[in-house]
Amino acid sequence: MTDLYQRQRAMRNMRLAAMQRGVVAILDLGTSKIACLILRFDGPETFRDSDGIGSLAGQSSFRVIGAATTRSRGVRFGEIDAMAETERATRTAVQAAQKMAGVRVDHVIACFSGARPRSYGLAGAIDLHEGMVTDTDVARVLAACDVPDYGDDREVLHAQPVNFALDHRSGLNDPRGQIGNRLACDMHMLTVDSDVIGNLIHCIRRCDLELAGVASSAYASGISSLVEDEQELGAACVDLGGGSTGISIFIKKHMIYADSVRLGGEHVTQDISKGFQIPLATAERIKTFHGGVIATGMDDREMIEIGGQTGDWEHDRRTVSRAELIGIMRPRVEEILEEVRVRLDAAGFEHLPSQQIVLTGGASQVPGLDALAPRILGQQVRMGHPLRVQGLPQAATGAAFSSAVGLCLFAAHPQDEWWDFEVPIERYPARSLRRAVKWFRDNW
Amino acid sequence: MRSLSAQAPRRDPAPSRVAYRFQRLWLTPVFRSLVRTGLPSFALVVGLGAYLTDEATQDTLDAAIADLRASVAERPEFTVNLMAIDGASDGLAEDIREILSLDFPLSSFDLDIDAIHERVSGLDAVASARLQIRSGGILSVEIVERVPAVVWRTADMLELLDAEGRRVAAIDSRTERPDLPLLAGVGADAAVPQALDILAAAAPLADRLRGLVRMGERRWDVVLDRDQRIQLPETAPIIALEKVIALDKAQDLLARDISVIDMRNPVRPTLRLAEPALEELTRIRAIERGGQNR
Repeated sequence: MTDLYQRQRAMRNMRLAAMQRGVVAILDLGTSKIACLILRFDGPETFRDSDGIGSLAGQSSFRVIGAATTRSRGVRFGEIDAMAETERATRTAVQAAQKMAGVRVDHVIACFSGARPRSYGLAGAIDLHEGMVTDTDVARVLAACDVPDYGDDREVLHAQPVNFALDHRSGLNDPRGQIGNRLACDMHMLTVDSDVIGNLIHCIRRCDLELAGVASSAYASGISSLVEDEQELGAACVDLGGGSTGISIFIKKHMIYADSVRLGGEHVTQDISKGFQIPLATAERIKTFHGGVIATGMDDREMIEIGGQTGDWEHDRRTVSRAELIGIMRPRVEEILEEVRVRLDAAGFEHLPSQQIVLTGGASQVPGLDALAPRILGQQVRMGHPLRVQGLPQAATGAAFSSAVGLCLFAAHPQDEWWDFEVPIERYPARSLRRAVKWFRDNW
Repeated sequence: MRSLSAQAPRRDPAPSRVAYRFQRLWLTPVFRSLVRTGLPSFALVVGLGAYLTDEATQDTLDAAIADLRASVAERPEFTVNLMAIDGASDGLAEDIREILSLDFPLSSFDLDIDAIHERVSGLDAVASARLQIRSGGILSVEIVERVPAVVWRTADMLELLDAEGRRVAAIDSRTERPDLPLLAGVGADAAVPQALDILAAAAPLADRLRGLVRMGERRWDVVLDRDQRIQLPETAPIIALEKVIALDKAQDLLARDISVIDMRNPVRPTLRLAEPALEELTRIRAIERGGQNR
């Protein structure tokens, strides 16, 4: 626990250093594409001393000065599968983005979708020594949360305080300065496989970059795709990615649940490839140009040449109707959405006051999904697009870039995590010098 | 997995590690400015330094520069063929030519006009000089000469001074310039304007006037013939002189046997009689006294 705490704190310091330098890279390691954005923090909001989120939700503090996308290699289900290939793809994206930006970037904030995220709701309570809640008390109550045994091979990716309660008053956003006797908090903790995150860190190291932060891509796309009232009232963001589908549930502007389904757009492509006996590249092209999930009578007459390179005329001149293509794609898309429904039900999504579901991600662009999804996920479904950020090229404004854009917002306005608070004195070893120093600092 | 033994794929879109690192290095501002400005300027400085410090190159360069200068300076537009001296008497013009000793034709680049002006103005007889290189290759020297106003006799020489007391020339004998009044005495040249005023006031005595003598570098004596002197005061000498002239007109003072008229104290003019007159006066007084006594 302390080890992880130190590592996350080191990453946070790295991020502060990157902010100081003014340039930071965003890396979205996806299954189908790797996107790299380079942000420059020099906007008018950067040096604003007052608090609050500022104009344009704080986005005017940064500007995208470089953007590059490359086809992902060596990534499956949002996890690194072939390190060397992934490293090459990362280098491609980073180099192209650096070239566009014209600056060298040393710090990178990364997100990934796989690694089997698992959510835990933690609760903790302490008695307050003196009447008023201070920073130290918040740190103590966070430390007092009883952490479940999440397994040796797991790492904590996010641990965010979601709710504070002071005596009988709950739903406090910021308890500091308030008077009470007993402070309780709810914390949302997200754990992922440590192997996967270790691979990610190693891959980024090999590209001569420093990791300044890691986020779950479900969380990042939730930040960028859900509008403010959806985040406030309660909504789920479903990020239909290439190899996995991320789910994140937000309420009161905090993520309270995240999960992922290990199914995505690549599986649809694979189904097409297998069903029509065509190469994956052709299947991807056909899916992109002609794909859909709602068949109409017109689609029976629209024939698609699927071609081939075998030299056999009959084989190479094959055509399929669009209805057949839809017949292959639809069951898989339905399966993904049903799996999402199962996860949402398991999370208790139906108990939320508002049950808005926002579909985003590259696979959400398939035509007809807006008609299919309400049948499975309920009536409150909309297609989501990421927020517009300054300087983002037109090509990178689509739904496929929602997690990259969300990561930009995450970089500009990170939410408080557990490791942002000082370690309470009780957590230090009994005879350490730092404990003594800390005691002095707290008492004088 | 990519095969270890197989050839690399024909075209990998990914940059190699070296290319990637080099690009990152190239995007480093310090390195970039070093390579783009530091290295070229360093090479330039070193190269130029090595080239210029070589002895042979320096000689060649100097020769080339001299050639270039000569090719411009020797153009006919810049040649000066003769010197025209205006406003100077022949003797002075001769002197000027002698001290400048320019051998024409020469280039106007080689003429140091300021130095020439200094040397010409340095001549005693020259009040002011204007130099100009006129078109047609003529060095024109316009001179304003000093006009001698008095002759100043010192212990060993005779000099001509102008109205301001500046030396004009030396002369061998007084007879060369009998028209000019004569001054004498140490420091007379410093008070020439006053002397000229006194001489003007002494115009009624002109036929008897021998000259002025500066006494003790502070006042003047007017010397007349028959060894008569009028000692003038330090202040307001002209008024004193006019008094003497008025006395002379009224009582014919100067015609008498008086050697010195002392006006140094203007309120109490004093006369000194010449030796025979004094004896005569003593005798007369003795007679008068004897007559009285008798």
